[in-house]
Amino acid sequence: MSSYLQGIIILVGINLIAVLGISILTGFTRLFSFGNAGFMSIGAYVSAIMTAKYGIPFIPALVFSALFAGCIAYLLGTLTLKLKGDYFLITTLGFGECVRVLFAYMEPATGGARGFASIPHYTTLFITVISVILAFVFAWNLVHSKTGRNLIAVREQELAAEMVGIDTFSSKKLSFVISAIYAGWAGALYSHNLTFISPEMFNLAKSSELTITAVIGGLGSLTGTVLGTLLVTLLPEVFRSLASYRMLIYGIAVVTVIVFKPDGLYGYREFSISKVISHINNIARKVPKKGADANHE
Amino acid sequence: MQIMNELLKIKNLSKYFGGVKAINNFNLTIEDGKTHGLIGPNGAGKTTIFNVITGVYKPTNGSIIFCDKEISGMKTFAIAREGIGRTFQNIKLFSYLTVLENVIIAGNQDITYNMFESFIRTIKFRKEEKALYEKSMKLLEFVGLQDMSQKRASSLPYGHQRKLEIARALALNPKLLLLDEPAAGMNQEESKELVSFIYRIKEEFGLTILIIEHHMDVITDLCDECTVLNFGETIAEGSPAQIKKDPLVIEAYLGEEYGC
Repeated sequence: MSSYLQGIIILVGINLIAVLGISILTGFTRLFSFGNAGFMSIGAYVSAIMTAKYGIPFIPALVFSALFAGCIAYLLGTLTLKLKGDYFLITTLGFGECVRVLFAYMEPATGGARGFASIPHYTTLFITVISVILAFVFAWNLVHSKTGRNLIAVREQELAAEMVGIDTFSSKKLSFVISAIYAGWAGALYSHNLTFISPEMFNLAKSSELTITAVIGGLGSLTGTVLGTLLVTLLPEVFRSLASYRMLIYGIAVVTVIVFKPDGLYGYREFSISKVISHINNIARKVPKKGADANHE
Repeated sequence: MQIMNELLKIKNLSKYFGGVKAINNFNLTIEDGKTHGLIGPNGAGKTTIFNVITGVYKPTNGSIIFCDKEISGMKTFAIAREGIGRTFQNIKLFSYLTVLENVIIAGNQDITYNMFESFIRTIKFRKEEKALYEKSMKLLEFVGLQDMSQKRASSLPYGHQRKLEIARALALNPKLLLLDEPAAGMNQEESKELVSFIYRIKEEFGLTILIIEHHMDVITDLCDECTVLNFGETIAEGSPAQIKKDPLVIEAYLGEEYGC
């Protein structure tokens, strides 16, 4: 396999893990976060410091940094998830910016605004693919269990969820923590793929890119999230020459999706082979019937 | 077995919103297995009482004892888990989900597997999921919605949405069911059917019911006792027959034609 293709697959995989986190948070719990790039940067920096400065093996560093991002989300969520709707979003926005500035100031440990160079290249295709499979299966099993149903209930009707015994605050916090763990996970893979990171890579634009990808793919659908990530990551690669217009195209894509297909490309349902087969069967059954009617006349 | 007499006991309950006394010094005792009606003109504080019982609002004063346990001040979800189910005046379903999913979510409290077990799909996970599915289908069958289990909740006709909301409340295995105007927007025929429906669920699930309703015939048919509220104060208590004769109630709520 060419190294270019490998690079693309790794890139898609990393984005996919981060966007799956957003999908759980936004698609299944209807909480918006514009701070997940902050959690990504925590994962990226913490793992990079561990491997590059202390020589800790990659996998433990990866697990630790993802869990560390989750812990930060737990603390932040405890403070802010009592806030309703927009207010929570604003705190995540502030958080993302704080983290970015913090890493820029912590020069001895992080290299400051000039960036953190010479991170060992540990992110192989194998590790990325395994990560993506794990992340997807975990998200899928989570969504299709009691926990996931609790999140969906919070999304649909918070008061009714409380009335059937669902602790909505804990559910939201759990969702936030999981999305941060995913972001941290993706961040750790990211830094060990690029071997160079700087705080500017994890700015607000990165956070909004993650949310936009989840919205385009379809909220409330994990397979939709995969589709959205493939599109948003691969299209700029195909249209290299338009790379500088990327944010413009994102903007247009989001407006188009929201206006014409508010659920996203594949929202609130999951792709399944059996459904496709039964759909085809249905069409196949209808066609001869029409023919028979025509004969009858 | 000890017979539990008082399932719900509310003492000197008050709820003020700033200077507005939404409920003032409200007392209520419901015995196990009874149906209690709560009536009164609009704005009398009936739904506020439901909201205080279920923990949506914190009471300003007073105590609420459910199954010998003080529940005022507890969180809404914790009160629900104690065994109080509720429906809403303006139906609040998980409208984007299917009928079946609505009931299954409410049955989540039966489930004991943890997140790790759901991740690796243990036998316990599969067993409990299957049991929950069967329980939910049974509930839907009981309320007559089994054929619509895969339909989106918001696509159901109004009367069916009401039944689904009740089925969802039942999935919680409640001891006490709070019904907020279940017959709202129904005609005589439909509310008659609703009365027999509520009778059936009460018998089947051994429920105690507190019901808010404006249809007096529903109250008369269903309730053992009633409380009449006006401006947050109790103006009368007693059996439906007694209430109908009470001059204060006739003046404040029922109007003259009910008097004789």
